[in-house]
Amino acid sequence: MSASNSIGIVSEQRMNFDTPLQFQSGAVLPRYELVYETYGTLNADKSNAILVCHALSGHHHVAGYYAEDEKNPKEKNIGWWDNMVGPGKPIDTNKFFVLGLNNLGGCNGSTGPSSINPATGQPFGASFPLVTVEDWVESQARLADRLGIKQFAAVLGGSLGGMQAMQWSLSFPERVRHVLAIATAPRLTTENIAFNDVARNAILTDPDFHGGNFYQHGVVPTRGLRLARMLGHITYLSDDAMAGKFGRGLRAGKYSYNYDIEFEIESYLRYQGDKFAAYFDANTYLLMTKALDYFDPASNFGGDLNQAFAAARANFLVVSFSTDWRFAPELSRTIVKSLLHNRRNVSYAEISSTHGHDSFLMQHEHYHKVMRAYLNNIASEFSA
Amino acid sequence: MSIQNHFGNPIRGQCQSKDHSVLAAARPDFAAIAAWIPQGALVLDLGCGDGSLLRYLKDTRNIHGYGVEINDVNLETCILNGVNVIQGDLDSGLSGFENNAFDYVILSQTLQATRHTERLMQEMLRIGREGVVSFPNFGYWKNRMQVVRGIMPVSKELPYQWYDTPNVHLCTLHDFESLCSKHQINILDHRVMTGDKAISFLPNLLGSTAVYRFQRGL
Repeated sequence: MSASNSIGIVSEQRMNFDTPLQFQSGAVLPRYELVYETYGTLNADKSNAILVCHALSGHHHVAGYYAEDEKNPKEKNIGWWDNMVGPGKPIDTNKFFVLGLNNLGGCNGSTGPSSINPATGQPFGASFPLVTVEDWVESQARLADRLGIKQFAAVLGGSLGGMQAMQWSLSFPERVRHVLAIATAPRLTTENIAFNDVARNAILTDPDFHGGNFYQHGVVPTRGLRLARMLGHITYLSDDAMAGKFGRGLRAGKYSYNYDIEFEIESYLRYQGDKFAAYFDANTYLLMTKALDYFDPASNFGGDLNQAFAAARANFLVVSFSTDWRFAPELSRTIVKSLLHNRRNVSYAEISSTHGHDSFLMQHEHYHKVMRAYLNNIASEFSA
Repeated sequence: MSIQNHFGNPIRGQCQSKDHSVLAAARPDFAAIAAWIPQGALVLDLGCGDGSLLRYLKDTRNIHGYGVEINDVNLETCILNGVNVIQGDLDSGLSGFENNAFDYVILSQTLQATRHTERLMQEMLRIGREGVVSFPNFGYWKNRMQVVRGIMPVSKELPYQWYDTPNVHLCTLHDFESLCSKHQINILDHRVMTGDKAISFLPNLLGSTAVYRFQRGL
């Protein structure tokens, strides 16, 4: 990743909400804070806003870098979708006003399990409600209200972010003109839920987890988080991508007949696990995977996705990636089929890519051309 | 624009152009097809190339249309042109489309390049109320002349050498009508043309392009 054509220096903003939010679970959060970033300029009639929804480990820092990192804009400081969002990029900040936020329950600044519960003076921990995609969309709509955005030109996202984008068209059909649903699914497959449960179990059974209240014990369930991330990471890549990158390469060049790191892939996964466990909150990880598992708009209609999408008024771009076996192209085609049934305007691109589920974050010429073409048409619908 | 559809067939004009006389001249079958499509129809174009037929039908007939296309570059162009396009391979089936979902299913200059041609014809009538097919007439006298001279035909409609042609199922008007008859497909109407000139006399000999409209037989 490079910072070329970057939006440059960005800064995060905060918004406090005092109106209680009732979650689908029945729980109520009396007040909360959302942290967000915006890029580009909102036009006079506020018709050029795009909401970027993040996936499991994402956040509000979508593009650019912070002033304190200006001298050292390393990969870790650059927004997670900087190759897609910026001046002249597919989501062109010269045309669009782009909003990214950290979802409720996150660990990057918005109110979540690691935040202090004002009622107790302690971190929420296990007492933070489980959040659904519908809850997030509700909270995002409230943020949009406060920013004066009545209708988004587009709501988009990959993976769990794509689920939020689709949910927008169902929860607020009149408030979104286009939905870009990338590398996503109308609901998780059984296997996908199973992977999530193994990841959760790694965390839940870590002795340092303390039922979610590890903050008070001054520890972090690092082992569990590491394992969860390692497992997740395997499923986000493709067999070919891993084989191509690491093969059966050995760090020492020969077997050492012990359980230390021998294969390059072991080294890579442990590094990724350690890196992740150092900054990500275990409760947020649990909650995000549950939000993935719960998402199933068809379930309100006896499992009929066609009926679920009957409410949608948006136009859609659906994108999948050939080697993504966690959010496989078949799942995207199911979405397309239901949109066709409802005669929504929809285009579908199945991108040949070797990078598995992670492809949606990668620089890929054809993928970016498809996004650029679609977004250019959106931009032509409003005056600058 | 040098874009070709995924079978590499002669392309359907420069579709950003709003000048439909240019489009219609570039692909005379467009006008013939459009003449059959009523205002506001629901249309599926199989092998839609860069989307120019759908764009043409949208602008001239206000249709609600979708295309199916396999080629990445064509897909990008369709999206640029504001045409709904679903990426997919016609030969791997059309299970993503429901029964009777469309008023018209069009296969324009693509039939001859499909592998499972019979199945595709039946699929068209499963998905659509009526089907429309256009194809280069292999029985056109210029093609016949080349065969008589002992070489494979190469022409404006068939711009390939035998070794690089995507066209695996070429046919004449008679052949196509036999296939329809075999599958109890009712031909409702047809047009034969050479360039933009309608051909009614000895069409299987004098026509270079044919367009048929058909429905399921009872």
